[in-house]
Amino acid sequence: MDRPALPPPAALRSSPLHWVRRNLFSTWYNSLLTLLILAAAWTLVPGLAAWLVGHAVWSGDAAACRAEGAGACWAFVAEKWRFSLFGTYPVEQHWRPTLAMLLVVGLLLGSADRRLWGRPLLLLWPVVLLLAGLLMQGGVLGLETVPTYLWGGLPLTLGLSVVGLGLAFPLGVLLALGRTSAMPVFRALCTVYIELVRGVPLISILFMASVMIPLFLPQDVTVDKLLRAQIGLVLFAAAYLAEVVRGGLQAIPKGQVEAASALGLSYWQRTRMIVLPQALALVIPPLVNTFIGFFKDTSLVVIIGLLDLLGAAKSALTDPAWRGFYREAYLFVAVIYFIFCYALSRYSRHLEAQLSKGRRR
Amino acid sequence: MTSMTPPQSGPRSTLLAPPRSRPLSLNDPGLRALLWQLLVGALVLLAGWTLLHNTLQNMGRLGIASGFGYLGRESGFAIEERMIEYGPTNTYARAYLVGLLNTLKVSALGIVLATLLGTLIGIGRLSGNWLVSRLCGAYVESLRNVPLLLQLFFWYAIITEGLPGPRQALTLLPDVFLSNRGLKLPAPADDPAWSWMAAAFALGIVVTLVLSAVSRGRQASTGRRLPMLPIGLGLILGLPLLVLLAFGGAGLDTPRLQGFNFTGGVTLTPEFAALLFGLVTYTAAFIAETVRSGILAVARGQTEAAHALGLSGGQTLRLVVLPQALRVIIPPVTSQFLNLTKNSSLAVAIGYPDFVSVANTTLNQTGQAVEGVAAIMIVYLSISLALSALLNWYNARIKLVER
Repeated sequence: MDRPALPPPAALRSSPLHWVRRNLFSTWYNSLLTLLILAAAWTLVPGLAAWLVGHAVWSGDAAACRAEGAGACWAFVAEKWRFSLFGTYPVEQHWRPTLAMLLVVGLLLGSADRRLWGRPLLLLWPVVLLLAGLLMQGGVLGLETVPTYLWGGLPLTLGLSVVGLGLAFPLGVLLALGRTSAMPVFRALCTVYIELVRGVPLISILFMASVMIPLFLPQDVTVDKLLRAQIGLVLFAAAYLAEVVRGGLQAIPKGQVEAASALGLSYWQRTRMIVLPQALALVIPPLVNTFIGFFKDTSLVVIIGLLDLLGAAKSALTDPAWRGFYREAYLFVAVIYFIFCYALSRYSRHLEAQLSKGRRR
Repeated sequence: MTSMTPPQSGPRSTLLAPPRSRPLSLNDPGLRALLWQLLVGALVLLAGWTLLHNTLQNMGRLGIASGFGYLGRESGFAIEERMIEYGPTNTYARAYLVGLLNTLKVSALGIVLATLLGTLIGIGRLSGNWLVSRLCGAYVESLRNVPLLLQLFFWYAIITEGLPGPRQALTLLPDVFLSNRGLKLPAPADDPAWSWMAAAFALGIVVTLVLSAVSRGRQASTGRRLPMLPIGLGLILGLPLLVLLAFGGAGLDTPRLQGFNFTGGVTLTPEFAALLFGLVTYTAAFIAETVRSGILAVARGQTEAAHALGLSGGQTLRLVVLPQALRVIIPPVTSQFLNLTKNSSLAVAIGYPDFVSVANTTLNQTGQAVEGVAAIMIVYLSISLALSALLNWYNARIKLVER
């Protein structure tokens, strides 16, 4: 049989040369862009690599870092990583926040597996958080008490985020139910709350929490500064979560509620067994995105004077012996934030793919 | 059992029982809903009253005044960066106004620049060029996953610690200096040429608008278009240029090094530059994602049909793809604009005197926390409402007109 004397169609050719041609030099302006990028890389990458690795100072003191031609001062990170990660927490007790973080992160990783979702996991969370909190606070089992004003660094960031979301989520669900309720008083209250909180910057809510909560309470009641920040964060996150959950609630067909009513289920039975399970499953990906945003937003507690991961790194920079190594300090912290956020966002995409697989049938 | 039945099921109960003759019973869903709402409403009022009572008592004990009377008093603090005249002898109200204008300035500039950068990067992520799409993807992922506050600290440190002092300032262009005191640019001096150029610029815009209306009419009747892009650019940029040539140049107030700092020209302070740069690069990453998904949402058949009709690549993008993509893009981009405006309040962390920063200083001086936080909330809610009203109007305009 004769074959036509034609080359195979372009899509079937797959030698590296063809790949280069198709993806880098397909048109004159693509070729120009490719050449421009390569030229930029040629001039920037060697210098950057030399700074990051080649000429970097890995150990020693600040004087070694300030030497002529020295690159990144990783010695600064080697010197200050403990302070950046744990803030002012007593050094000899650092194993406690480490263990607490391991517990929480371990449970987070476990919760990522959808097969483990269920009541036991839900009940395990408060237990583990309480355990982590006790470990940090001490005063039991012969552990030395460490007051909250000494807490700092990554455990603080993680704690504010996880506890904040744990408390904000039920509140957000209630707010979303209220906003979609048929009762005008609930609807009005929830709508006003959600729109008010979403309309103002987080920092104003944190200011409010830190200066107004003491004013709100009777004279003899005092609230810990960390707790005040946590309350502000919870009130803030609940409004945003409520809007995400409302999106899910509105996507549930009316027939579901009507069928449940016809079966004689009460409002809370319908909500708990019919509406919420479907609505929440629909909005898991946007929920995870809200979680990521919230995790980043906890860094704002620096402004009201808490020493979270960012705050501890910033405060490590004020050491007169190590002034000026802000690039290394911020890069170190940025990498930690990036790992958490990027992992969560990849996970959200993975979940989205998994969940839509079932719905595509 | 605390079953709470909303009045949705009200009609059923009225069907079962004839109205009026039925005695009031706690099993009546309508009545129960009413009672629940009354109860919760009363609880909220009670909580509010308790908080107010405590606050008034605490404030009385601490000797803090209440009410907005402080607005008329002398503020006693200076604000370095301002768009209107202001000094420590001016009132708190005027300090608020300075802060508000600073917030509006950085937000408006930020929104324009972030839209441009975000659109470019969003289109870049869809580029057929592997390097371009990967670079844009890396940009989006790295900026989105690091807190904005950290980025602001970083840029601010780069400017104030990484750049040389005014004496060793980098000369980017003639008369443009970059140093740790910020960016110094030449400013228009007092010269009539400038006002004539502004007039020519306005004239160019008006003539272009008229011509494009003519062009649309011509296209409707003959199917031919005027080449509006070169004509418009020529008019809007060319006319002021002609005026400039006619005057033989316009006076500039150039920055000059005097002692340890520059005098003359205009300054982009390090605080403003860091805040603007941080906000723009961060928000652009989010806008890029929105633009990308908007363009992907336009069915491929639309592009193919446009090509089949003989439209060029640029025409296809401008007349077919973008109008449809915009409908998907506008609502999420609106919330990004609002986010940028709210995020501009992080200025307080790097010392740019925006509204929150001024309100915070005022709050610390007067101790009137309730009024200070209320002022912040009123200002940001007004900005949010105004911005969303504007964008909703635009969204309604470009919406697909359905039969």
